[in-house]
Amino acid sequence: MGYRLTTTRFDKYLTNLSETFDIYAPVVQKGKGMYSDTEVVGYGKITCFDEIVFDKKSYYSPKEVFYPIRETLFYFLNDELKEAPLDIRPIILFVRPCDINGIMRLDTMFLENGGIKDYYYLRRRQLLKFIMIECTEGFDTCFCVSMGTNKTDQYDGVIRVQDEKILFDTDDEKLLTSALEENPKEVFTPRFIEENKVKVTIPEPDLVTKDVFEHEIWTEYTQRCIACGRCNTSCITCSCFTMQDVKSSDNDHLGERRRVWAGCHVDGFTDMAGGHSFRSKNGEKMRFKTMHKINDYYKRFGTHMCVGCGRCDDVCPEYISFSKCINKLNDIISEGGSND
Amino acid sequence: MINPYLPRPYTLLNITKETEIDYTFKVAYKGSLIGGQFMELSLPGVGEAPISISDFDETSLDMTIRKVGRLTDQIFELKPGDKIYMRGPYGNGFDLDQFKGKDLTVIAGGTGLAPVKNLIRHFIMHQEEVQSLEILLGFKTPQDILFGEEIKKWADQCPTYLTVDQRAEYWNGLTGLITKHVSLLNLENIKEKTAVVVGPPIMMKFMTLELLKQGFLEENIWVSFERKMSCGIGKCGHCKIDETYVCLEGPVFNYIKAKNLLD
Repeated sequence: MGYRLTTTRFDKYLTNLSETFDIYAPVVQKGKGMYSDTEVVGYGKITCFDEIVFDKKSYYSPKEVFYPIRETLFYFLNDELKEAPLDIRPIILFVRPCDINGIMRLDTMFLENGGIKDYYYLRRRQLLKFIMIECTEGFDTCFCVSMGTNKTDQYDGVIRVQDEKILFDTDDEKLLTSALEENPKEVFTPRFIEENKVKVTIPEPDLVTKDVFEHEIWTEYTQRCIACGRCNTSCITCSCFTMQDVKSSDNDHLGERRRVWAGCHVDGFTDMAGGHSFRSKNGEKMRFKTMHKINDYYKRFGTHMCVGCGRCDDVCPEYISFSKCINKLNDIISEGGSND
Repeated sequence: MINPYLPRPYTLLNITKETEIDYTFKVAYKGSLIGGQFMELSLPGVGEAPISISDFDETSLDMTIRKVGRLTDQIFELKPGDKIYMRGPYGNGFDLDQFKGKDLTVIAGGTGLAPVKNLIRHFIMHQEEVQSLEILLGFKTPQDILFGEEIKKWADQCPTYLTVDQRAEYWNGLTGLITKHVSLLNLENIKEKTAVVVGPPIMMKFMTLELLKQGFLEENIWVSFERKMSCGIGKCGHCKIDETYVCLEGPVFNYIKAKNLLD
């Protein structure tokens, strides 16, 4: 099944959906770019089709829509704690297959790992519906095909944009509204990208030994990485956070506990009170992240964490390429893995 | 749906000064615990941190805390009767059955004694459950010794060696790094002996190497790790080492596992 819509008709449909949902999609964020007066593509709330950016990759991943950078867990007043109320409406997210797969990785971490469901993640995640943006071309740094994350069936609706024509399909009852059904029917099957310009070969998890941990490959990254953590913040699968307590400036008995995003590339990630910490060299941080994305997450959960969206390559101010790192690592391991 | 992040208030019963910077806080608590587990302890508005449970009974638990940061500075201001917030317990702790019938040596350095205190006390009280028990403890100076009175009582019950790193006035006991004193232990039948080693990372590293050198088997050595943890339930990512979450599978590990946990 499926429907053919004009942009005007699609706008009407979006207006219709907006009665129930907040709709988020990649949009141009003016003035938010790296340099003054530049723009960046990030996730924002939309009301019409023309706001959606289809021809560029979003610089930031969609995770901030449902996993806030800073989230209040509870408020306190003297001895009384009050859970933070949920502050969002149901959400529709326009999202590419790689990011849908990335969100599945977040689900694993927040909802499965350790056997306890993350309450705050779940209550937002339950309100999420995905409209998959058909993605057949990809972008320069993408390597989703190598990661097997170019495809998914975990979507509630799918959109194909061809010139002036929009094809849209859904079997979700909340998305099947009269504003959609009044459009002409046109059957289409979603297609997925079959080949990226960038390809990676993931080293066999069992072949990654202690020798690889100590290999000199990581010293290059000690010299290049500046521990800014952009790779962490832009990544759809990075999920780490730290607790942060704040008090009202004029009432010591009033305040809140939040969680804020944390990144393994940022100094202080392992710091404990009393002065102990681990991985002080930036190359060690790169090794830790690399192993999590393409080795130890797999050993724990059976899929690789990295979905090959390539955002870490796009955002790195030192032009460190994660796909190149993976391939270099694979070369080293296929050659035996030691420094000799 | 259960909210695992909401701490509950507990009443502080008693505070014991162990050293200038280490106090033991006794908190009213009913519930099942295992020595070596930890709580996420917090004061709303100040912060939250994982703190190991140093001892417990049916109605209370002890946490021996060092004053080293923003949260612990505030905790040291508390008085009996005040509320302290906790969630947990988390982590595996020391499975006592694991050590029953063994020649057990417990080796602890500094605040590393806190997470093994319950284990020591259990086997001091139930010596019939182990083949033998020896204790080797190290602190920086005599002023840093934790549970001093209790250690004296342990020494009456089983061979107990206590060393301080540097020679000090009014100290007639052993001096020098703890690793130097392994030779004091009964090392007969060493391949059958079991050791628990807890302390600062550097101490655990060199002590386990020393034990292996003496002939201990890897599978007979147990350690407990300390890491930054913001959640205690396998979500925040801080304590992950390789595919292992210290908060979930640890903090107590067999050496066979621990030796491969590279940060």
